[in-house]
Amino acid sequence: MISWPNLVSQLFNGLALGALLALISSGLTIIYGTLGVLNLAHGAMFMIGGYAGFVTYQYTESFILAVIAGSLFVMLLGVVMERVIIRHFYHRPHEDQLLVTFGLGICFVELVRLIFSSQSQLVPPPALFQGITNLGFMFYPTYRLAVVGIVAIALGALFIILYRTRLGMIVRAGIEDSVMVDSLGINVYRVFMIVFGIGAMAAGFAGIVNAPVVSLTPGIGDDILVQTFVVVVIGGVGSFPGAILGGLIAGEIISVTSMFNPGYAYVMLFAAMTLVLVVRPHGLLGVQGRE
Amino acid sequence: MTDDLIRRGLSRRGLLQTTAGLIGGSMLPAMPAFAEDKPAIGSFPTGVSGSTAFIGISVPRTGTYAVQGEDELKGYQLAIEHINEGHELMKKISPKTSKGVLGKELKFGVADSAAKPNEAVQAQQRFISENKAIMITGGTSSAVAVALNKLAQREHVLFVCGISGSNDTTGKDCVRYGVRQNFFGQTAAAAIGPVMVREFGKGKKAAYLTPDYTYGHTVTKSMQDFLATAGWTTVTNQVAPLGAPDYSSYLLNVANSGADVLINVNWGHDAVLSTQQAKQFGVLDKMKLVVPYQVPFIARETGGLMQGVYAATDYWWTIEDKFPLAKMFNEAFEKKYGYKPEWGAENAYVSFAHWAHMCEQAGSFNPPDVIKAYEKGETIPSLVGDVHYRPEDHQCVRPVIIVKGKQQKDMKNKEDWYDVVEIVPGEGLMQKPDAFGCHLGDYT
Repeated sequence: MISWPNLVSQLFNGLALGALLALISSGLTIIYGTLGVLNLAHGAMFMIGGYAGFVTYQYTESFILAVIAGSLFVMLLGVVMERVIIRHFYHRPHEDQLLVTFGLGICFVELVRLIFSSQSQLVPPPALFQGITNLGFMFYPTYRLAVVGIVAIALGALFIILYRTRLGMIVRAGIEDSVMVDSLGINVYRVFMIVFGIGAMAAGFAGIVNAPVVSLTPGIGDDILVQTFVVVVIGGVGSFPGAILGGLIAGEIISVTSMFNPGYAYVMLFAAMTLVLVVRPHGLLGVQGRE
Repeated sequence: MTDDLIRRGLSRRGLLQTTAGLIGGSMLPAMPAFAEDKPAIGSFPTGVSGSTAFIGISVPRTGTYAVQGEDELKGYQLAIEHINEGHELMKKISPKTSKGVLGKELKFGVADSAAKPNEAVQAQQRFISENKAIMITGGTSSAVAVALNKLAQREHVLFVCGISGSNDTTGKDCVRYGVRQNFFGQTAAAAIGPVMVREFGKGKKAAYLTPDYTYGHTVTKSMQDFLATAGWTTVTNQVAPLGAPDYSSYLLNVANSGADVLINVNWGHDAVLSTQQAKQFGVLDKMKLVVPYQVPFIARETGGLMQGVYAATDYWWTIEDKFPLAKMFNEAFEKKYGYKPEWGAENAYVSFAHWAHMCEQAGSFNPPDVIKAYEKGETIPSLVGDVHYRPEDHQCVRPVIIVKGKQQKDMKNKEDWYDVVEIVPGEGLMQKPDAFGCHLGDYT
């Protein structure tokens, strides 16, 4: 039997879950859309963002510094990764790209395991957001509420960069036709490096922002990666608005299904993905015709 | 064989004498002193024809059970070291052990099971076929244990079970070639149930968080069955997949269920994460938490959320006050690894010590003989007092330790997380061997 307070609670929880998935997925989809690289190390970068923030927190006890350090570290990692490895794979088959990014992801996870062991690590939420808030229809962790706001701001910033700046214009043009952008005298490869950095930073930022919600373990990015791919497929590969829509849909499916039968939450998620693939092979907001 | 004998430093004369002896021995039918006289079965006698015997170990080193798997592995490694050197503690459990088992030095291989049955089975199959493993071990996931049970029976190689809490392991999925030292879900329920009723009263409402596989379902069922006798009801049972990345949806259902007690059956990192998030969602302010099958390391990983929480466990290091062997084990373990052992390590160590004891008793690695040694039901020492294995289902009858999380101010050191509330003798807790339909298979 449906309990209305529970349904409303789960819908709200779906929004919070979905916002985070949207942020992680947006990084993945920007990289794919612009560079054509499906970055299977994206989950590991999410994890590294959490650990980089954790280390910063250990030394500074400042959550804000942890967020900044976590994001910047992963952005730097993304840039180095693009310059040293990924750029050699732009013109190679997709399966080579998949294998190299998958391998990098495994290396990152094992490196973190070597340094920090498998025991989980805690990053407490900032004092301002500790405790529980009464929303009237439910009690909800204050920090999770804050995460919804933080993610909304981050997505807004990404939107402005992509849709209101010259860089964003080049990126979007690059998604449509990178050869044309190159022939206009714009250094596409430098743009690619920046895009990879921004995409990685989105994962790193999400990793440290999410750290107080979960406990950090080296394998934390593995499950997220699978969900992120589902989100990208539902929303449409290469589509930034699609990542947001896909994230929110995935969050709601997981949360609402859990109310009726938790065991089927992921089954329903994959069923939804399959349905979208059948009805709209390019995803809900995907760009049709892109090679 | 000749090469092996020479490596062991025998002179040419000694070699000739030994060879003559072996030839003479082989001419005598059914001479029990020579293990090689037994018919070949599984990895026997090929795997032990040299100076060493190989053991295949599969523990989760990645995934949600990685921390517990590492602790378990450390217990195995310490046991092998102690067996090979004839350590004093090992002799207390297996008096005939001098150096190695039956004079064979133990070698081992380790594979990461990631708590996945197929990966564990593949790894152990390789250990059996390529390394001629004479015994296999592993667990930390009951799904892995059940799968390895089947492999062991098929391959006729003894499976000494690692951590596995499911009723099925020595219940409906029991096998002749599998033995288990740690207790199972039903036993834990029988031990902690009365403490819960005493502490929280009768007729309470319980919410469950259950991992979706054999361990989770059988522990939850055991708890429900036991608590129903005290009028407890289940208001919700939230079943989550192993390694769920987030428990918020499940916890909202729990928070809205009106339960008095949250019974968290999760294990490994799942238990840590779900308990932390239960705190975040205010669930632990509304209801009491109980962990019926305590996960090692949960207290330190949750940063104090186990304070005041009751849990059932195989082992907690402070019982060294009562059991001298536990004290010896703690000291040896801490010296080698730098921290107090948790029950994964204890379970691993004792399981191997008992196996060594049984091989020595049998005077052979011949699997049916070793199994029959277990089936004698002999009372043997462990770190938690004397125990025995039941011949009917190969389950060790051993006490369950009930602990309660200490308040931070009462902790004497950074690893003093729990008070031992009770050490409940195993005999009164155990269900009948055939309660879950155990039918051990054949010896051959």
